[in-house]
Amino acid sequence: MRNTTPLLEATDLRLRLHTHAGTVDAVRGVNLSLRRGETLGLVGESGCGKSLTAMTLMGLHPEGATVSGSLRFHGEEMIGQSEARWCALRGDRIGMVFQEPMSALNPVHTVGHQVAEPLRLHRGLTAAAARKEAVALLDRVGIADAARRFDAWPHQFSGGQRQRITIAMALACSPDLLIADEPTTALDVTIAGQILQLIRDLVRERDMGLILISHDLGVIAQNVSHMMVMYGGMVVESGPTREVFSRRAHPYTQGLFGSRPQLGPQAHTGSGARARLAAIPGNVPELRNMPAGCPFADRCVVSLPACQGEMPPLIQLGQDHCARCVLLESAG
Amino acid sequence: MSLFLLKRLFTLIATLLAASVVVFWVLEVLPGNAAQMLMGPDASPEAVLALARQLGLDHPPLQRYGLWISGLLTGELGNSYVYSTPVLELVLERLTLTVPLAVMAMVLTTVLALAVGVYAASHHNRAGDVGLMAATQVGVAIPNFWFAILLILLFSVHLRWFAAGGFPGWEDEGVLGGLKALLLPAISLAVVQAAILARITRSAVLEVMREDYVRTARAKGLSRRATLWRHVLRNALIPVVTVMGLQFANLLAGTIVVENVFYLPGLGRLIFQSISNRDLIVVRNCVMLLAAMVVIVNFVVDLLYAVIDPRVKASDI
Amino acid sequence: MRRALRHPSFVIGGVLTLLLLGAAALSLVWTPWSPYEMNLPGKLQPPSASHWLGTDPFGRDVASLLLVGARNSILVGVIAVGIGLGIGGALGLLAAARRGWVEELIMRLADFTFAFPAILSAIMMTAVFGAGIVNSIIAIGIFNIPTFARVTRASANAIGSRDFILAARACGKGPWRITIEHVLPNIASVLIVQATIQFAIAILAEAALSYLGLGTQPPQPSWGRMLSEAQTLLFQSPMLAVYPGVAIALAVLGLNLLGDGLRDLLDPRLTRKR
Repeated sequence: MRNTTPLLEATDLRLRLHTHAGTVDAVRGVNLSLRRGETLGLVGESGCGKSLTAMTLMGLHPEGATVSGSLRFHGEEMIGQSEARWCALRGDRIGMVFQEPMSALNPVHTVGHQVAEPLRLHRGLTAAAARKEAVALLDRVGIADAARRFDAWPHQFSGGQRQRITIAMALACSPDLLIADEPTTALDVTIAGQILQLIRDLVRERDMGLILISHDLGVIAQNVSHMMVMYGGMVVESGPTREVFSRRAHPYTQGLFGSRPQLGPQAHTGSGARARLAAIPGNVPELRNMPAGCPFADRCVVSLPACQGEMPPLIQLGQDHCARCVLLESAG
Repeated sequence: MSLFLLKRLFTLIATLLAASVVVFWVLEVLPGNAAQMLMGPDASPEAVLALARQLGLDHPPLQRYGLWISGLLTGELGNSYVYSTPVLELVLERLTLTVPLAVMAMVLTTVLALAVGVYAASHHNRAGDVGLMAATQVGVAIPNFWFAILLILLFSVHLRWFAAGGFPGWEDEGVLGGLKALLLPAISLAVVQAAILARITRSAVLEVMREDYVRTARAKGLSRRATLWRHVLRNALIPVVTVMGLQFANLLAGTIVVENVFYLPGLGRLIFQSISNRDLIVVRNCVMLLAAMVVIVNFVVDLLYAVIDPRVKASDI
Repeated sequence: MRRALRHPSFVIGGVLTLLLLGAAALSLVWTPWSPYEMNLPGKLQPPSASHWLGTDPFGRDVASLLLVGARNSILVGVIAVGIGLGIGGALGLLAAARRGWVEELIMRLADFTFAFPAILSAIMMTAVFGAGIVNSIIAIGIFNIPTFARVTRASANAIGSRDFILAARACGKGPWRITIEHVLPNIASVLIVQATIQFAIAILAEAALSYLGLGTQPPQPSWGRMLSEAQTLLFQSPMLAVYPGVAIALAVLGLNLLGDGLRDLLDPRLTRKR
């Protein structure tokens, strides 16, 4: 029987940064709930707060920043926990994979040493035992000749291979949750496909929860069952991937989908000329200058005067699907 | 790996040769007739010629250079113009003081600088960091011989814990007595160098802390302290060790001045006295020795570099 | 300018450097006493109303000695840095402009000088050519050359690959005109910062040489030599060993801080208006 306690639950998660220029609310009230075996995608432009949200979920937010709200891992409240408790969870129960495989590995330690490190740290394995398991992990993620390559240096591997190695590292202790922050953005398209397939397979094999962050809608479409669209530190629309893709309730979601380059016949207008690449007008606002109301208001083509002044309410659109837009109140 | 080593060895020997040419030219050829200088301007030409012949100065420069180089390799360095004792003997005797002094100073520098630099970096922009960096700014500005004098003022004149100078040798008061005499000189050498090295250590550590692999380490569950020791330091050491090699040269140069402050009969003081005495053969050999020490230390540092950073061997073919 | 005034290194460094320059300038027109006037009966006096810092072993007024010593240090610094900047800078530009074996040769020579620490070489040269302020300036100047050559070449190379240089070359401007009109103004800030730092090093080197008796000769006052004279009298007049050292340290500290401040302020990535 599947355990129904959510693996990870965030309620009104907020992150406040204290910079020279003033305080910045980088994450403004994120709610999420994830169970084992569930996959969640976070999509949005650069600067929308998705990476900071992921870091906050690991307790790796910048020093001096204030976290508020509630964050429960297996029911245990993590906000306010000691650093020691966080260290016990990181790498053991929660694994994370980052964007830049070329710089994610320490150049002065062998690859095997780094994969074995979480095993020795959290499981207390001896060097020999850790080596055995690490070799098996490297083999599972597709590093050929793993036993010999254990002693190789990071600079001897390609970007794609290094990302496989970081995945092996993140999954060494069989964590319950994997957070992948743009894992394929820095990789070639074909390699990216393989890496995502690897992540999908491993998550399914081990019945893990997955939070996948990307700015690429294609990646989101193919890899996660649920998704959240983020803008200005807030979640503007969330729901099952299929529903969000078809419904696109929030104006920002529509804008995101509309700005994808199109190939094929639908790319041409009636007169046969190529349609222009649509873009959402304006720029992502600086987090310092967030308006009191909807963060997207000044770029929104259908915004009302009321949108700037007041935070729009969260409208339920389906069983799991909701979006934060005033215009949806009447539409339902 | 051996190709890397060979390349380095070749550069080492080439540098030493080039250094010897420069030293010889500056100290033998340029000054002109050494015999003339030794005897003074009033000496008769015959006396000068006789001295020149006695010292072997009447041969052409190239031949003298060749003689000198072969002498360096065999240990036949000739005799001091002033003392008429073998230069080699003089030098070896003085080295028994200068080498321990330099080593002591280097150890003190390293320990102090690494401790201060790492502490400042891990307390970045907080009171500890700012205070220590201000202290190092002052430390860099202090002349090492003045610091030596201040140390004498405090510890010898005021507190009377140490002698104001001199060296009892390694036998008279034993090893500890010798080390005690070298302590204040080593500290005065170390403080300034440590200030420089601490600043460099701090920036190296700060830069490494910004790297992605540090974030990876934290994501694996390593505490801040464990990340510092196991991931940051080894990488930060790379630029720091390079600077330490360069600093050794400054340290040796510093011994020249500091040995004079404390009246220590070391290599530095020998050079200085020989210059005053116009005993150029001693000066020439000592300078060559110092230059060789510097070049060899940097050679070792280069090798160490390859040991610490696995990327070096691969790219250097 | 306002940003400059808020930068602590720049302000403190600037004040100290101005003090140094001011002391030197003042010494040209007035000192409390003549620094050459000896007064043996009045030697080794403690600070008083007439002699603000007391007198030295020869009865000379310490305060006056310090002022004229400032002038001495600045003279050495300016000329030595001038030599280094002039010759080293030219060599660096040459290396960057010509590239190929010229660059290789110049850079190898510059690297080679690390085998001879500056003090050692300065001592060697004064040994061969005689002690005195002129020879020390030359020796220190020569040892500035490799540093400036290296820095100039590195900056010129960085600038040289930038687009506006390529544009100038596309317009048919000759390499020397490009160097003077385009490269120099852009690397000027780096060179200014380096010059400030080398100035500080020159002052330290001159002090060390004078301490050893190889630098500025008597009766010309020099902070370094004042320290060596004071050392024999540590038991009687300890303060005499403190004043000149403080002067040296403050001068060097001021220049270092100024250099640091200038480096932060002149960094082209940070300036908004130009």
